[in-house]
Amino acid sequence: MTTCRLLEKLLAVLSLFMLDAVVPATAQQKTLDLVKARGQLNCGVNTGLAGFSQPNDKGDWQGLDVDVCRAIAAAIFKDATKVKFVPLTAKERFTALQSGEVDLLSRNTTWTMSRDTTLGLSFAGVTYYDGQSFLVKAALGVKEVKDLAGASICVQTGTTNELNLADFFRSNGLAYYPVVFEKNDEAVAAYNTGRCDAYTTDKAGLYAERLKLGRVAGHVIFSDVISKEPLGPAVRQGDAQWLNVVRWTLNAMLNAEEMGVTQANAKEMLASPRPDIKRLLGQEGSFGKGLGVSDDWAFQIVSQVGNYGESFERNLGRGSRLGIERGLNALWKNGGLHYAAPIR
Amino acid sequence: MKGHLLLLNLQRIIDRFYDAKFRGVVLQVLLMLGLMAMFYIIASNTAANLARQNVASGFDFLGRTSGFDISQKLIAYENTSTFGRAFWVGLANTLLVAALGIVLATLLGFALGLARLSSNWLVARLATVYVEIIRNVPLLLQLLFWYFAVLRALPMPMESHELLSGVFLNRRGFYFPSPFDGSVPHLGRFNVEGGLVIQPEFAALLVGLVVYTAAFIGEIVRSGILGVPKGQREAATALGLSPAQTLRLVVIPQALRIIIPPLTNQYLNLTKNSSLAVAIGYPDLVSVFSGTVLNLSNQAVEVILITMAVYLTISLLTSLAMNTINARMALVER
Repeated sequence: MTTCRLLEKLLAVLSLFMLDAVVPATAQQKTLDLVKARGQLNCGVNTGLAGFSQPNDKGDWQGLDVDVCRAIAAAIFKDATKVKFVPLTAKERFTALQSGEVDLLSRNTTWTMSRDTTLGLSFAGVTYYDGQSFLVKAALGVKEVKDLAGASICVQTGTTNELNLADFFRSNGLAYYPVVFEKNDEAVAAYNTGRCDAYTTDKAGLYAERLKLGRVAGHVIFSDVISKEPLGPAVRQGDAQWLNVVRWTLNAMLNAEEMGVTQANAKEMLASPRPDIKRLLGQEGSFGKGLGVSDDWAFQIVSQVGNYGESFERNLGRGSRLGIERGLNALWKNGGLHYAAPIR
Repeated sequence: MKGHLLLLNLQRIIDRFYDAKFRGVVLQVLLMLGLMAMFYIIASNTAANLARQNVASGFDFLGRTSGFDISQKLIAYENTSTFGRAFWVGLANTLLVAALGIVLATLLGFALGLARLSSNWLVARLATVYVEIIRNVPLLLQLLFWYFAVLRALPMPMESHELLSGVFLNRRGFYFPSPFDGSVPHLGRFNVEGGLVIQPEFAALLVGLVVYTAAFIGEIVRSGILGVPKGQREAATALGLSPAQTLRLVVIPQALRIIIPPLTNQYLNLTKNSSLAVAIGYPDLVSVFSGTVLNLSNQAVEVILITMAVYLTISLLTSLAMNTINARMALVER
């Protein structure tokens, strides 16, 4: 009798584990189908970086990276609110994407070759062209990076910043003392208490962190950068359809800006005679079908989230406390680097 | 005829299951097989998933160039060294803080345990307050307190306290002349340069771990001493031993037998708790290896397995040492 019961239990436990082992296989399913079935997009974002992803005082997430998540939800569900934001540290982000905890990373992540080729990631494009720089106390009177020889520098672990820092000082034959933290907040706090002379991250991040330090004038951001940091959304490798959804959402936001389609005029633009606008807004051709979404996908993106320029100004530019210039992030027509492939 | 024999054999096999011993063996074998099958399925499933997602696997990454710097290194390391080298740097840092922590926590813990039993009202109360406060505040908070609060009390490098010639104390550490290469610290543009330095991250972690663990050790010591029968003490006094002699020769040797097994637990806890270092920027094994290296190589499975194996090994070795001491201390019955 006991034998039978024990055996039964054993079998039950075993079958549980077998089931468990089978579950990840669903990851082989297409991400788009999974997201549609779930009715919600799981988007990995920064734990808090002003301008990119940060909850406001009402607890709503805001920022350029957040807008990309919302735009994708708008394209899939025609509802930009169907997003679950999953805040991730730099250390957690890739594992979270790999394990399927999030459908995409929209977390100011630098596109590099090794991340593309060995981490099992595919980058869908560039949302923000950045470069690494340094934040120092104005009282130090330091003007450029090379003056920092012998300084203590706070940096966040597992970032390209940590590696660029080592590269830069090595190639210039300069000494420095790194102090490495897991979280950005800890690194900034240590800089603020005087543990470090400088804090380093991407320039936009420096502007954001400086705001938190209170007296902005007390801290200087170097104008020169020591690296290229193209930041963009990444997905798991091997799902071309999902990669397309993310890539073309971004392209739609950029193209909309180029064509002058804004959140405010999107409805009127539906009647525009221009063929490129007609294609963008789904009035001509059937571009959504190939993407696996409805044909008015880009209209939903622009009318609910806005075009790239609007999102930039709202979160990072003139409409925000950061006040960052478009610079490299202007459209190619205006001397910037953003050049989206055409919708046709 | 043949069929009859077969049935008979079957009957015999079934009968054997009524034997509890035989049943036990069969069940254990089945359980082992089941567990092995489970691990095999998990391992092969993980490997297949990683391969499908085009994520690198295997242990080749240990030979790749790390590219990052580490602030405290007991062995030679540059950012041109390998991930494997970074592992040893992290491990050495973990072992350093754990070993020093165990020694200091034991000393402080014994002092606390004795203080709680002191006949001096003030000493006993102070020890009680210490134990109750420290035991009931999470360790992570205490570490952050030591790191951020205590750090602020020290001067910036340019206003360093120069305690002796060539010995500096400031927010970035405690600098003293190196006994190895004889280099003497001096003020540089930003920092004190040269010599050896005890960094605030290390100091905060060590102090945090020692202060926290000592509270628990103090209670273990107290219970050990109280566990020695009162008669022993009275007998010692009757024999004319002084209170100090009684404590040293009669009470403590007997109390140690009660103290050592739970003390082992505290040593293991201290070692494992040292992994909270990551919060205050101390480059221990978890911070360097399962933090930075994991993130750069993205080989989570391999890195975590190695890290777990290391902590398991450290813990088992600590237990082994403590068990040996315990066996020596045990009452030898004749």
